[in-house]
Order: sequence, then C-alpha cells, then structure tokens
Amino acid sequence: MTMRFITLVFVLMSVFGSTVLAENTVRWSAQGDAITLDPHAQNEGMTLATAKQIYEPLVHRDETMALQPGLALSWGLTADPTVWEFVLRQGVTFHDGRLFTADDVVFSFTRALMPTSDLKDIIGTVREAVAVDDFTVRITTEGPNPILPQQITDIYIMSRGWAEENNVTGPQDVASGEETYAVRHTNGTGPFILNLREPDVRTVLTKNPQWWGLQEDEPHNVDRIIFTPVSNAATRVAALLSGELDFVLDTPVQDLARIRRTPGLAVQSTPEVRAIFMGLDTGRVELRSSNIKGKNPFSDLRVRQAMNMAVDRNAIVQRIMRGVAEPAGMLLSPGIGGYTEEIDALPKLDPAAARALLADAGYAGGFSVTLDCTNDRYMNDEAICQAVVGMLARIGITVRLDAKTKVLHFPKIQNNESDFYLLGWGSGTMDSHYHLDFLAMPDRAWNRTGLHDPELFTMIDDIAIETDLVKRDEMINTAWLRLKAAEVYVPLHHQGLAWTMKDRLSLPIQPDNQPQFRLARVAE
Amino acid sequence: MSSFLFRRIGQAALVMVLVSAAAFLLFNYVGDPVNNLVGQEASFEDRQALRDRLGLNDPAPVQFVRFMGNALSADFGISYRMQRPVSELIAERLPATVELVIASALFSLLLGIPMGVYTAIHREGFISRVVLSVSLIGVSLPTFVIGIGLIYLFSVTLGWLPSFGRGETVSLGFWSTGFLTTAGLKAIILPAVTLGLFQMTFIQRLVRAEMIEVLGTDYIRTARAMGVPQGRIHYVYALKNTLLPVITVIGLKLGELVAFSIVTETVFQWPGLGLLFIQAVAFADIPIMAAYLVMVALVFVVINLAVDVLYVFIDPRLRTKAEDAK
Repeated sequence: MTMRFITLVFVLMSVFGSTVLAENTVRWSAQGDAITLDPHAQNEGMTLATAKQIYEPLVHRDETMALQPGLALSWGLTADPTVWEFVLRQGVTFHDGRLFTADDVVFSFTRALMPTSDLKDIIGTVREAVAVDDFTVRITTEGPNPILPQQITDIYIMSRGWAEENNVTGPQDVASGEETYAVRHTNGTGPFILNLREPDVRTVLTKNPQWWGLQEDEPHNVDRIIFTPVSNAATRVAALLSGELDFVLDTPVQDLARIRRTPGLAVQSTPEVRAIFMGLDTGRVELRSSNIKGKNPFSDLRVRQAMNMAVDRNAIVQRIMRGVAEPAGMLLSPGIGGYTEEIDALPKLDPAAARALLADAGYAGGFSVTLDCTNDRYMNDEAICQAVVGMLARIGITVRLDAKTKVLHFPKIQNNESDFYLLGWGSGTMDSHYHLDFLAMPDRAWNRTGLHDPELFTMIDDIAIETDLVKRDEMINTAWLRLKAAEVYVPLHHQGLAWTMKDRLSLPIQPDNQPQFRLARVAE
Repeated sequence: MSSFLFRRIGQAALVMVLVSAAAFLLFNYVGDPVNNLVGQEASFEDRQALRDRLGLNDPAPVQFVRFMGNALSADFGISYRMQRPVSELIAERLPATVELVIASALFSLLLGIPMGVYTAIHREGFISRVVLSVSLIGVSLPTFVIGIGLIYLFSVTLGWLPSFGRGETVSLGFWSTGFLTTAGLKAIILPAVTLGLFQMTFIQRLVRAEMIEVLGTDYIRTARAMGVPQGRIHYVYALKNTLLPVITVIGLKLGELVAFSIVTETVFQWPGLGLLFIQAVAFADIPIMAAYLVMVALVFVVINLAVDVLYVFIDPRLRTKAEDAK
C-alpha cells in the first residue's frame, strides 16, 4: 500500500513537476489581475490590458498612442458628418476558426452600448453600427463626432456566433449574481490565445499562429505569456531580481536605481497620460472643513493664485517621485491633442508673494482646510499630499490631511463632500474634450470645483461637435487658457511610468500603461 | 452531559450571529464598491442605478437580514471584484490555505518540540543559549519582515527557492495540492517557515518551561533513583506529561495560523483565503469579506467547542462538575 502510494507520488511528480516551456516565454507581473475577460464589462486598466492581447479593436494604437489599422484597414468620414465608414480586414479568423465579418463588428458595438457595458460612456455618441457589406461598416453618431476613431480603440470585437452559442450576447452584469461564460473564456482575433485562466493566480496565453500581423514586417516572436499578479511590491521586485519574472509593470520608483544597477535588467520610463492635481471647491458659500465661517476662502481668486504659487512642484517630482514624473502647470499631459508647453508652464514658485496675496484677500492670519487624499491609487499619493501640507503651511494655510483608500476617497468626491481633494486624470480618448468635459463642466461627478463660467461651458459643448479640426484646435486652446486662468485646480505633475524587464526582452513602453505583446521581441 | 453540549452549541450559534452582525456594521465604513465596478466615465446616475441593483442603498438592517438568510443556505452571492460566486472562490482557495497551515504546523511542531526538550535538558549548554536567543527573533520580528528577509536571502541572493506563488499544483478533483510536485514543495517552504516561525518559538518555549517543571517532580527523581536510563526518563516519562498542556494550546493556536496567514499569503502571493480577503478589502468586495469573516469565526467557534467538549471527555473532574451543575 505504502509502496504503491509512493510510486504514485513519483509518477505524478514526473508528469507534473517538469513543465516543458515553449521557446520564448515572457513571465510578467503587476499588482492586480484583470477583473474579467469580458472585454466590454469593465473599463479598467488591467482588464483592458489583458483583453488587448486576445481581442482586437477596429483601430489600434501604437507605442506612441498614434492610430494604426487594427481590424479596420482604413476609415473616414462620409459626406454625412455623422457617419463614419470603416473598411475591414479580410481573411481574419477568430481563435475558434470562425471568419471575422462586418456582422461581428455590428454585434460588438451593439454589445458595448448595452446598459451593463462599462464602455458605453466612451462611445456615448454612437447611435448605431450598420454593415454595408461583409467587410464595410458604417457607424452613425448623434451629431458630428470628429474623434470617433480615437474613442473606439478600446472597443474590442467579439464573434457574434460564439457569443450567441455561449449565451453572452450582453456584458456581465455584476448585480445579476451569476458568472457568465465570457468572464473566463475568450474568442478573439488577437495575437494571443487564452490557454489557462486562474483568476488572481495565473493566466497563460499562447501565440496565435493564424494572426494576420505575423505576415507583416518584424512580427513578435513570443510563444507564450504567463501572467502572475503579485500584490506585494517588494515581492514583485524580488521576483524580478531573482529571475523568476521577465517583466514587471508597476515597480515602485524607489527600487528603480537598484534595478538599473543589476546586470541583465533594464528600466524604461515615459510620461504616463495622467496628470495629478488638486481641486478646490470654490462654489460653496462656506467650506465645511475650514475655521473661516460665513465665506469661502477658495472663492477668492487671489487665494487660489497664492496656493498655486506656494507649491514646489520640482521638489515633489525630484524627492517623492524620484524623477519619474514631469512637473505640471496644466491638467492635460503631453501627447494628448491640445497640450502646449505654454499652458503647461509652471506657476512661479514664490511663497513670499503668495503670503502677500493671501493678506490682500483678507487672510493674513491664514485659514485651515482639510485635504482629502488617496493612499492606494496614484504613485506615492500620500507622500505627495504630505509634502503639499508642508508647502501650504509656509504661507499660513493649515491643511489637515485625510489620506484614505480609494474606495472611500472617490465616493467622497462624487457625493460632493470634499472641499479640497487630490485627483489624477488619464485619458480614454487621447483628446482634450475628454478632460475638459469631465473636469470643467458643471454637474460632473468628478468636478467639484464649483467653477462657474457659462462661456467656457458653451465652448466645451461646441468642441464636441466641431468637425473643422483647425478651428477645433483653436477652441481647445482657448478653453484650456480660460480654465487655467480660473485657477480652480492646483496641477502637480504628469505622472511617469517605469517598466522594468530583462534586457533581452524588447517591449515598447506605452503611455497608457498597457503592454502590447504583439510589439514584443525576445532576443534569441 | 447533553445539556452542557446543547448550552455550548447555543452559545456558539449566538457568537456566530453576533460576529456576522458586527462584520456587517463594519461594511458601512469600508467604502463604496461601485466606484471599482464602473469606469471613471460612468455618470452619477449610472452609479446610483448600480447601487440600487446591488441593494447597497437599502437600510443596513434589511441588508443584514437578507445576508443572513442567504448565508444560512451557504449562498454568499457573487464577488464584485472577480464576478464569480463567492462559495466557488472559497472552495478554490481553501486548499492553498489549508496546505500552508498544515505545513507550518508540522514545521513548528517537528522543530519546536525537540528544541524545547533539548533546551530543557541542557539548560546551560551553548547550543541552548543560541537556540533561545535566535527564538527571540521569531517572537519579536513581524511576519512581514521575516517573509521579505527570507525572500531576499533564499530567492534573490541564493536563488534556491521561489519568491512567490504555489509552484505547480496537481488537481485531485475538488482539491488542488502542491504537495505532489517538486516545484510545489519548494514553493511552500518559505511561506510555511514564515508563518510557522512564531508558533515554533512559542511551542519551543512552552515545552521547555513545562519540561523543566516536570523534570523537578518526585516521580522523575524516583525514576532516576531506580536507575531508569536517562533517555527513557526524558523522552518517555517526562515528555508524555509535558505534552498534555502543549496539545491543548496547539489546538487553539491552529486558529491563529489561519488568521496570521493573511500577512504571509500577501507577502508570498500565496493564492489562499487570506490573499483573497486582503484583496477584497482593497476593492470593498463586501460579499467576499462577509463570507470570509463568517468562515473564520466559524473555524474559531468550532475549535473552541471541540476543545471544550474534549476537556470533558479527557478530564473526569470536569465531567463530574458538569453533572453536579444539573
């Protein structure tokens, strides 16, 4: 009996203990896992980053975020400015062998617009998608939409036949209380095929030998991708140093110097498309957290100017961000249309002048206020807020710091319960309108500045539908200047990204922090 | 006897209800899961609609009654973060935690007891002094630091053992085990040592203290006077009597291993219940948090109940008292 058991153990060990690894395997890690593999159910970084390897959009982005043909070969506005036409790639098959046609595009857009879809707001202007023939699709929008191709780079195409067979014609509904087939199963057209999915433990993708991109110049040479989320940052770094991982997406900035010194490892960094800033509630008669009663210090422009002049952005970038960020004077990060260096110029750092401005405004004795801040969302967020507290103390503003988890912080902003808050803003569309709409327009749950400027609001609404791109750019520029002059925000920096990997792996860093393994090459 | 048992079970049930209620009160302060469930573009109305559909806008007592009703039929709902049934997730993660607890319990017993005996017999010896000073580290260093230290020594510097994960596992139907593969066995060493170090030093010190006491008793002296060999005195007569209180304490400490595994699992990315729970906290994934808290409470209550009942069976004096109390 015992002998037999021991034999069994040895047989099992020899079968499962030695894994034959494919030639080029990339083992990588990040803090968290994708929430679901359903490509329309969650508009969240890791979820989209995982979907990206398996599914494809009509329009891709390359490593500079410029648009590239994906499942669509070409696209353009028709004579009717509310209708875009997309000419599709032919001969593409899904992983289960089904042929990709216009009908799948129509299906996927309909699915992404359903109430349970989390992407419906990004493509909120889309009325419908219609197949003209098997390989031509027309998308109609509510009113002219000049940036539609920019907005659909995260709308992944699923197979209608597969979805209907598996009863997943709609995105997963969290409130339904049950799991759908698409949460752990996929069928895309993309460069990699799902091989194994153990949520939170391991996700294995293998090369799709039928992928169209393999016919192009310098295709990727990755045979297998093994993703293992590691939630503890120190463990993640240790696993990279020990050679158990080839690539770590989110390395703490304080460990970068050590990784740079380690032979065989490399660090890549780039500005992320994400500005970190603080919002001031100027609209309220009296701040809830201030010792000043009967009036709101933030509603005085001089106070806001003083605060912008008191924050030493370079010090934050150098000391806290260890150089992996760029000091910011505007909320839009470089790389997005509408960014200019003039608008991004830093406010002059001058605590003495700031104190004088405060005195002018009648706050010579300073005032107190609470700053709401996350401690688990942005890079070194709590440390940034602590630094700001010290900088504002120099001009007499006593800031109480309330740092807490994002699941408590963000609802506070959305429920309009914060006087002074930290926020970061990236871009789903790489277009200025996205920022202006969410951060300047009134009654937006993410804008609690109470900014009141009807002329600016009209301008932003017009930008949404202006199809003359030169004129549109001018309007965007004016809108940003106007928002900056209002000083309802204190921009801090454009957050940087740092990817760490083995130097034999070449994988271009992406400003949206979503690796594209179709662009990867492993040195032989 | 049976009335004693019924009373105990009644108390245990009451504890479970109270723990569930307390856990539920806490959920009002853990944050809003809806923020994680929708993208930043979602409108305020969409968020409210989702809160309504999830029942998060209902008054806390209503949510509690609904939760208890479902929990009684072992239905803990669907995880917000993973979008899969909680009971399925727990069944999937349970083997990892159980195996980790078994491995660290074995580690702490197999090392702790002999070391305790040795240090009791050779009280002034050099090795005993070394063992005792080193064991101080185990008692005083936080688990997190020990884990990271072991990773840097054995994974990064020496490259002997993996720094995270369970290695290869073998699925035996409902149970996935890491005990049957070399990679799985290598992977469990560091987490088990990290988790068991505190218990090991604790057991070692407890055994030592008990042993010293037993060695001073009359029957040991009598045995010595009768010329019984030293080894037999130490390992048969003395150890047997030393272990009785130790076994009781170990039973209770098992529950602690489950509770402490949260930190160890986080450091080593060990895919067990502790990691599931800590990730649920960061996401405000209330269904998982609720199920986990209820489950851990159940483990403690059952262990305590079992120990109480065992006492009565083992110790005749308690049985008489229980009878007298009627």
